[in-house]
Amino acid sequence: MKSNLFAFRAIALLAAASLILTACGGTGGGGGAPIQEVGEGEGAVSIIAWAGYIERGETDPAYDWVTAFEAQTGCMVTVKTAATSDEMVSLMNEGGFDLVTASGDASNRLIAGGKVQEVNLDLIPSWSSVDERLQNAPWHTVDGKHYGTPYQWGPNVLMYNTEAFPEPPTSWDVTFVEMTLPDGQSNKGRVQAFDGAIFIADAALYLKYHNPDLGIENPYDLNQAQFDAVVELLRGQRTLVNRYWHDAFVQMDDFKNEGNVASGSWPFQVNLLQFEGAPIASVIPVEGATGWADTTMMHADAPHPNCAYKWMEWSLNPKLQGDLAAWFGSVPAVPAACTGNELLTDAGCATNGFNDFDKIWFWRTPTAGCSDGAGDCVPYSEWVSAYIAVIGGQ
Amino acid sequence: MLRRLSTTLYQRPRLVLALLLGPPMLYMLVVYLGSLAALLVNSFYRLDGFTGQIVRQFTLATYADLLKPANLDIIARTTGMAAAVTAADALIAFPLAYFMAKFASPRLKTVLYLGVMLPLWSSYLVRVYAWKLILAKEGILSWFINLLHLNAPLDWLLGLPGIGGSSLALSPIGVFIVFCYIWLPYMILPIQTALERVPRSFEEASSDLGARPSETFRRVTLPLALPGVVAGSIFTFSLTLGDFIVPLSLGNSKFFIGQAVYSHQGTSGNVPLAAAFTMGPVVIMVIYLLVARKLGAFDAL
Repeated sequence: MKSNLFAFRAIALLAAASLILTACGGTGGGGGAPIQEVGEGEGAVSIIAWAGYIERGETDPAYDWVTAFEAQTGCMVTVKTAATSDEMVSLMNEGGFDLVTASGDASNRLIAGGKVQEVNLDLIPSWSSVDERLQNAPWHTVDGKHYGTPYQWGPNVLMYNTEAFPEPPTSWDVTFVEMTLPDGQSNKGRVQAFDGAIFIADAALYLKYHNPDLGIENPYDLNQAQFDAVVELLRGQRTLVNRYWHDAFVQMDDFKNEGNVASGSWPFQVNLLQFEGAPIASVIPVEGATGWADTTMMHADAPHPNCAYKWMEWSLNPKLQGDLAAWFGSVPAVPAACTGNELLTDAGCATNGFNDFDKIWFWRTPTAGCSDGAGDCVPYSEWVSAYIAVIGGQ
Repeated sequence: MLRRLSTTLYQRPRLVLALLLGPPMLYMLVVYLGSLAALLVNSFYRLDGFTGQIVRQFTLATYADLLKPANLDIIARTTGMAAAVTAADALIAFPLAYFMAKFASPRLKTVLYLGVMLPLWSSYLVRVYAWKLILAKEGILSWFINLLHLNAPLDWLLGLPGIGGSSLALSPIGVFIVFCYIWLPYMILPIQTALERVPRSFEEASSDLGARPSETFRRVTLPLALPGVVAGSIFTFSLTLGDFIVPLSLGNSKFFIGQAVYSHQGTSGNVPLAAAFTMGPVVIMVIYLLVARKLGAFDAL
């Protein structure tokens, strides 16, 4: 018992010591004025990105947009991949990176947290070629200041098995309501949903269409009553979902080995499964869909600002944009990339959703003040805890 | 020079002790207790929900968060699973350990030892993934069950509320099976060690005094081997309590403590809540170890 007491005392002492130490450190602020000219490269640039976003031909030699950049600028690219927006935010909070390909549910948090800096658009000649629909998008433009360059965007499609659905499903209800599917079996235990709190917006979008009495206008602006109704729908969905998907490759595995037939998904998984010859297709149902629009943002304390600017300029060249769109199943931020790209083909942009821009509710971070700043909405932190409870079956 | 050094050391046994024990003790204090202390401190901070940054001010808000039903549910689920896995492993391990300690020839014992240890030589991830494929809906086990026309009992099992699911791999049953498999060696070896220490003469004496074999087992062998069971249970219980790979790969997405910690600190950057979560297993294990100590488990390690 004596040794135990000693251990407890040691812990208590150490705890007290670290309390004192950490109490002295403050949180740093970020962001001064943007730089006025791009100088010599620093020889390196580090980027936080989604898997498959920054390819150097290691998976397939045809998809390489890093090697040429390195040869041209001397900036060696290192990539840290992240699986969720929350992970990107926490990596940026840790610091030490130059750039991040942030979706709309991360970008506003990064801006509010002072972790990214304003970008001087005069230093990015290709800015004029960016899709006009994206140039002033609210997920990277705050108070008229631009906090990054658009990279790619795309919808969260309904992926389905063509053997279970000879005709494409028209509504998201195949994943929300228990029913008998065209193949004669129930959908119970055969559908999936995304393992991230932002999926609550997908359910809200469904109710916006099917339950107009609730008065949902924007799936990211939910008052308490609307939010409760959405969570109720998700609780019902829990009884149908065999597993929430988190990792794109695990989801593909589940569609092959676990008998899954329908789920919200990204074009990336659909393309890869089709490439493997699986009976898979996708559709944007009548309710519309959520989607992501990613922005290359620069860290407030980026260690390599010149190389970071060089990459942002490089990331907007039509060849890179087209190749990436073909690889990831996304839509280029630069419309010029839609024509004449060998990998994407001229039909590629339309296939990946170029014309569906208005049907898509892009990921945003829900805030207590709603998107207009004046309302009374349920904030994102409550989305997170509510969704963990839903998955836990509560 | 060397001679003088050795003489100096010989004359100062305490110095030798300090030199030998110093580095590991320092490591223990700084790395192990230090990180525990850092966790404890962090659990009294809170996260700003919007910017995802940690507010370094003393608060109990994070512990209030931890006591929400959804989080208590995670702790209860994990503890329940750890207890079930421990009980099942003890039941499976005891007969084998008994056979190894009492009946196996030296040669057979070596083979059995090897058999028990062999799985530990391959990667844990590979074994978990292999089980995922075995238990999958379109996996080899389902195929066999289908072949034997045993679908009805399987469907009944998977239909049970609370532990069922759409397939063995995606149900709590699958998680339970894989946990039992993964931690089994850690239960067999301590029990076997404890049983080897039970002198044969005790059993013979018991029999000479007229006890039936079952009585001897119940009143002599089992009580003497119990510390081994408890020692093994420390491993299976604490390992299950902290694991996040198995429930992440199998099961129905319902969180275990390890996953909650992983996702709060790794993906959502909520280090305070992750730290508060880890205090759960720490408290549970401290209680568990105190009880185990009472039962004499540390003598059997």
